[in-house]
Amino acid sequence: MKVALFVTCLVDQLWSSVGTSSVAVLRRVGCDVEFDDRQTCCAQPAFNTGYRNEARQVAKRFIEVFEDSKADAIVSPSGSCTAMVHHYAELFSDDPSWLGRAQAIAARTHELSSFLIRVLGVEDVGASWQGKLTWHDACHGLRDLNLKSEPRRLIRNVRGAEFVEVENAESCCGFGGTFSVKYPEISVAILDQKIEAIERAGVQAVVSGDASCLMQIGGRLSRKGSKVRVMHLAELLNQT
Amino acid sequence: MNQLSSETFGENAKAALGDAQLRGALRNATTLFGKKRREAAASLSNWEELRSQARAIKDEVLLHLDRYLETFVTNAETRGAKVHWARDAAEANAIITRLAVERGARNVVKSKSMTTEEIHLNAALERAGMQVVETDLGEYIIQLADETPSHIIAPAIHKTKRQVAELFTTELGMAPTDDVDQLTSTARSTLRERFATADVGISGVNFGIVETGTIVIVENEGNIRLTTSLPRTHIAVMGIEKLLPRFADLDVFLKLLPRSGTGQALSTYQSFITGTKRNASDEGPEELHVILLDNGRSRMLAHPVTRQSLACIRCGACLNACPVYQQIGGHAYGSVYPGPIGSVITPQLIGIQKAAQLPFASSLCGACREVCPVKIDIPQLLLHLRSEITDKQPGGRGKERLAFKLWAAIMTRPKLYEKTVIAGRLFQRWFKPPVKAWTNGRDLRPIEAESFREHWRRTR
Repeated sequence: MKVALFVTCLVDQLWSSVGTSSVAVLRRVGCDVEFDDRQTCCAQPAFNTGYRNEARQVAKRFIEVFEDSKADAIVSPSGSCTAMVHHYAELFSDDPSWLGRAQAIAARTHELSSFLIRVLGVEDVGASWQGKLTWHDACHGLRDLNLKSEPRRLIRNVRGAEFVEVENAESCCGFGGTFSVKYPEISVAILDQKIEAIERAGVQAVVSGDASCLMQIGGRLSRKGSKVRVMHLAELLNQT
Repeated sequence: MNQLSSETFGENAKAALGDAQLRGALRNATTLFGKKRREAAASLSNWEELRSQARAIKDEVLLHLDRYLETFVTNAETRGAKVHWARDAAEANAIITRLAVERGARNVVKSKSMTTEEIHLNAALERAGMQVVETDLGEYIIQLADETPSHIIAPAIHKTKRQVAELFTTELGMAPTDDVDQLTSTARSTLRERFATADVGISGVNFGIVETGTIVIVENEGNIRLTTSLPRTHIAVMGIEKLLPRFADLDVFLKLLPRSGTGQALSTYQSFITGTKRNASDEGPEELHVILLDNGRSRMLAHPVTRQSLACIRCGACLNACPVYQQIGGHAYGSVYPGPIGSVITPQLIGIQKAAQLPFASSLCGACREVCPVKIDIPQLLLHLRSEITDKQPGGRGKERLAFKLWAAIMTRPKLYEKTVIAGRLFQRWFKPPVKAWTNGRDLRPIEAESFREHWRRTR
């Protein structure tokens, strides 16, 4: 299957190994991966901060770039950015021509674990990693895309990995985009409850499907001098 | 009363985060409420179906609210109630005060009602020389402490047992104790005297049934039963959105409300009040006045996106589920309605400029939407309000607006985007102010030496 990677601006600039891992995993399960380097951002920062005109400009750009692709699917290692693409309809509710184009793009856009399980039907990508780990349900993947069992099924098939649940796996990490810098104290207070549970679980790694949450969780863990590391699902699945 | 303002939300929140006692109380209470709600919802196999039904009923009511209101008024008045229309808080307070004064009232008992909090009724009645007593235990505690409720259904959620004991010692002169039974029985005996001497009882309304003109009020303490039956005059204050078309609709809502609020299968008391007493020898009030309050609700009704705000049944589940509320509690919002639904309603009630911080006081995690028994898409409403705030303040938010214009210019030009990333990589160690909000509590991941796209072009 031909796949167009939407790597996300965050991964592109700050966590490129999530992108390279995504490519490797997709190729391993037989996909032909393309990457259009005219892509930038999904428009979420502006949309979530209330700047809809600016969000529309960037969303249109996204639609134009990916309309040029002949790929069967657009795949992204981010539940949050994928959910944003699925929200485009809200930006173009008064604009029938763009609305149709936005909906067509959204229908082709999948988050990585969702694509592997729901589209390809692949539960085991042949990964192995030694150690104890847990999963953080990134909010938009969980609640906008309804991804709950998909990442867990993929993780359970990683050889050598001991998977444990933390009791607040579904609780927000406190990131919330511009919220994390508008109200940093609240953001960190929310985060600390997450961190407490992770530390109690005695894991070596926290895995999640969004680099943004992992920056938030990882940034606090490293500030506290914790030995727990953060890992994106794509990075875990790329371990062999 | 030391009431915080929505305009200083950021500072309020910081102060709340520094209050260890508050945070301990919040953590215990919201965790317990959340757990009980989950168990109660799981006890019904058709929970999701009930939520959809409830929302459909509310949507139907809101779509034809004018017609339903007229029918409700006709049916309620046929059975002996007198209905009054109040455009805003001032009008509602004037009507209620006039009714009380005309009846020579000195002592007023009140049951817990967010709508009367919304219009600040107690202050209005006190200005008219009346003594008003809150009869819900939590509200009574708050009244003694001269505070405002910090939760929609658990007004004293922020207080610990010890704080309540200290309050009762100083305010009621009881011997110091932290025995909960002793504390409640002291409150009960004080309140019983108030009921006996009250001239007017004032309540809120959970549901107004259109086909019968009935008002429905649910509670656990029995104080609402007393408030609405002992005094000669009962005044019920009701937002215009509280209607349900049919009595049978209660089947859905009385399953959802207690389970979502307290995790109970059924509230202890459910009062159905249809008009006044039929015979002189019957017990109960001689007069029933229903105040129908607009106070900004018809504005919410007018817009297809904000209309769903009026489906809220005030269960408080979104507060308990909200990671922000869990950390800072209700007072920090500086509004009558706190938490996620408060951040939606408040700007629409008091004006978007005065509450401009509240829609931003959310990580948009969606936990509120997940627990809402009437499926209100609170994140969607918050996003809508955010865009109203930024788009309709062209003069304000200068730096932020400029930043997003610049951002959009960069993100629509891939070459410029790449140059910006390279510049960021070179100069990132000198970035200070915009990053400080992040780095005060968290380490910042540096911009990669090689971006993904550079890697792709080098290796493909």
